[in-house]
Amino acid sequence: MDNINKEYLMQILNKKIRTDGRKFEDYRDIEIETDISKNAEGSAKVRIGETEVIVGVKLEVGTPYPDNPDEGTIIVGAEFLQMANPEFESGPPSVQSVELSRVVDRGIRESKAIDFKKLCIEEGKKVWLVLIDIYAINDDGNMQDAASLAALAALSNTKMPKYDKETEKVDYKERKGKLPLSKMPIECSLAKIGEHILVDPGLDEERLLDAKLTVASIGNKIHAMQKAGVGTLKVEEVETMLKLAIEKNKKALEKINKK
Amino acid sequence: MSYTKRKDGRKFDEMRKIKAEVGVIKNANGSAKFQIGDTIAIAAVYGPRNLYPKFLQNPEEGKLRCNYNMLSFSVDERIRPGPSRRSKEIGLVTERALSPTVNLKEFPNAVVDVFVEIIQADAGTRCAGICAAAMALADAGIPMKDLVSAVSVGKVGDKLVVDLDKSEEDYEEGATDMPVAILPRSDEISLLQLDGEMEAKEIIKALEMAKKACLELNKIQKEAIRKKYKGEGK
Repeated sequence: MDNINKEYLMQILNKKIRTDGRKFEDYRDIEIETDISKNAEGSAKVRIGETEVIVGVKLEVGTPYPDNPDEGTIIVGAEFLQMANPEFESGPPSVQSVELSRVVDRGIRESKAIDFKKLCIEEGKKVWLVLIDIYAINDDGNMQDAASLAALAALSNTKMPKYDKETEKVDYKERKGKLPLSKMPIECSLAKIGEHILVDPGLDEERLLDAKLTVASIGNKIHAMQKAGVGTLKVEEVETMLKLAIEKNKKALEKINKK
Repeated sequence: MSYTKRKDGRKFDEMRKIKAEVGVIKNANGSAKFQIGDTIAIAAVYGPRNLYPKFLQNPEEGKLRCNYNMLSFSVDERIRPGPSRRSKEIGLVTERALSPTVNLKEFPNAVVDVFVEIIQADAGTRCAGICAAAMALADAGIPMKDLVSAVSVGKVGDKLVVDLDKSEEDYEEGATDMPVAILPRSDEISLLQLDGEMEAKEIIKALEMAKKACLELNKIQKEAIRKKYKGEGK
């Protein structure tokens, strides 16, 4: 992996281009593939440039939270596989992977993309738990957007397994009906490097950025934000970033709806 | 869906009552307590001290490491002690909120550890923790270019509000929580998160409200620091 330094990156960015020739407001090519793993209730692979993430959805029957006895829920996890980046290490989930999965979770939860009430089997006793597991396969920057897009693609492709109330067993071979997913909260990450605002940071940009803002939006409604990076943002910069995120969510939506 | 009046009678842009105190933990190099309404945070700073394991040491600059934790009894339903996914993430965003102010170049190879504990929670705990941590860093004499202030703003029903309490966060017809940290001297944002639903123009307006509230907070934090050191060195 080439390690360019900040001065060199700034020299290039000051010419209003990026190291890979993109314009500041351009995403890399996005590819979505669904149904990549048969035994999962839903699955998808997303590539943004060379960044590749796969997501699988499994359903389990569990007990509801006491404060929402008639609602199912989602549980999002992320694992940065060691194959994805030479810097990833084995062991318990890193704080970065915890953050990535929590931001995916918040986009889906806060936008009420899934009707949790429809995941209730027996009030107070049994509900569907939707387990969304994210795996990084190749990290070339901006895994956040790839992960959230893959999660949405996998969810929209999820079929409900059959639950037998008599035997209290789940039949994973007999699937019918779709998961009650009604909205697509698209996450868009924007990097600030020096004075520049860039959409979809690549690996070098991500390593050298001052600040990053991930925005989950549907249409012009914003449902989740997360600032990353140790630098700061000005209000005007936040304004620019929000505008770009809203602009970009339409395109990603078209991609996902084609699936 | 109109939210006409806040339960505790506050104006929509008014914060809860604030108390700040510096030097609350003797063993620490710096410490502070910050209370906003019924949310209480304490913070302690240890360091700069040697960073281990050694391979983590950086000869060019030091490291700021923040740990956020809620005491098990700080909320209605007991929290299982020990780190959670949530507390790890908040530790990380606390680090980012404070980092831009700390001159890390002054302590190469070393670490400054910040420990934030939430004693009592009524929403806005990460912001209260950041306020306490900034004061504790100043108390520890860590070189900083600004004193960070943080407050949660957002939307309750149809109104933009400052400093949501738990009942507002749980408002039945919908609430959006947006924690913000500001460097008051330069007006820059070092923490920004959002959960809920807002439009871009509302977010910008809420940011302006947060800026104003943080200026007020900053005075209180500075006053508390001054109070401790008044009379010293005479």
